[in-house]
Amino acid sequence: MSYTFQFGVIAQYQNEILAGIWMTIKLSVASIILGCACGIVLASVRSMKPGIGRILVDAYVEIIRNTPFLVQLFIVYFGMPGLGIRVSAVTAALIGMTINLAAYSTEIIRAGIESIHKSQIEAGEALGFTRLQIYRHVIIMPAIAKVYPALCSQFVLMMLASSVCSAISTNELAASAAFVESQSFRSFEVYIVVTLIYLALALALRGVLAMIGLWLFGRRVARRTAVALPEVQT
Amino acid sequence: MILRTFGFSEFGFLVSALLWTVVLTIIALSGGGIVGFFIALARTSTHRWLRIVAATYIQIIQGIPVLMILFLSYYGLSLAGLQLPPLVAAGASMTIYASGYLAEIWRGCIQSVPKQQWEASESLAMTRTQQYRYVILPQALRISLPSTVGFAVQVVKNTSITSIIGFVELARAGQLINNATFQPFRVFIAVAALYFVVCYPLSQLSRWLERRLHARSHR
Repeated sequence: MSYTFQFGVIAQYQNEILAGIWMTIKLSVASIILGCACGIVLASVRSMKPGIGRILVDAYVEIIRNTPFLVQLFIVYFGMPGLGIRVSAVTAALIGMTINLAAYSTEIIRAGIESIHKSQIEAGEALGFTRLQIYRHVIIMPAIAKVYPALCSQFVLMMLASSVCSAISTNELAASAAFVESQSFRSFEVYIVVTLIYLALALALRGVLAMIGLWLFGRRVARRTAVALPEVQT
Repeated sequence: MILRTFGFSEFGFLVSALLWTVVLTIIALSGGGIVGFFIALARTSTHRWLRIVAATYIQIIQGIPVLMILFLSYYGLSLAGLQLPPLVAAGASMTIYASGYLAEIWRGCIQSVPKQQWEASESLAMTRTQQYRYVILPQALRISLPSTVGFAVQVVKNTSITSIIGFVELARAGQLINNATFQPFRVFIAVAALYFVVCYPLSQLSRWLERRLHARSHR
């Protein structure tokens, strides 16, 4: 098998590829912020006393975690118009990614909240903290600090999974790759280049998240974040 | 043209496609298990270069989307003159994907066997192979069981991505039926339900194993 690589051809399509990278970054950042915010709220509901809220959150988490992201995207993009809600491919991708990431981050943050010892809350009460202060300083922030590396791994996995959004014609990086391939017919080169771009994006995202960890929680958490590989959620 | 509606025979088609999802999962787990096992051994080896090569492999596989592995092996290799049928391309890609993650899971398990176990077996004059065979791996296997079963759930779900290169498994079957019936909501809810039926018991099994093995190690 002799094959000559022609990477020069790809350079002509740099605008398409850059547009794809930009869309992947936008989708990832937006879904990380929205998904994480939902995760904090849902994990807080989940850690309250048993009741209907807790059952609903559990059901949501189990359903999302036990069905493929691609099928969730199909339901949002193809299924919702049947209910009278028509959304663009980009919006559908963002909704799908947020719904998916919210379920995983709920589960991760819940584990963090459960690891907070009851005596910590009592200590907070003894110091005269209000309930909101206890919730913020004693429960949520330490809980997130504990699970921050796992949470970041999930964010990286979500960024990589966003490539699947090309299946519902969202014009992100994987879709740009398919477009350039159809124009240039150099599929091997295109996919090698785009794979390397994803690798760079994953490393960059991990670096940025480690910096945010440094700013929020200090050096130890940031270091663990920078070296941690995506953890597989069980 | 008379539109078909989503009925019993369509559901039957979905169930038969589910079989291919299961087949692909088994290929990925067995193939990825074999490759991943050796990479996990290399990752915990005493040779520095083996460790570096294995770590790089794991970092790369975990840093790229499964979809790109699939595109490279299906479209990429066909341009280079090696045309793989969708099943082979899908099976090979899922194997590569699973190997990167299983290697990392199992590395963690091998390394979580207490250091004293290595020292004790060394003081019994065991060779490195004997240490692995009789002391380390049996313990690592037990530790790895919950997370390996948990990862199987990820593999079942990720096989859906092979539908993008046209391999007819459950997700692709759903698309085909949707094209014939135009009842996307019903069709894809049914598809999701079928995935759930496979994945949920596995998730619960993983959780049960975790509780059980955890409880035992603390006795």
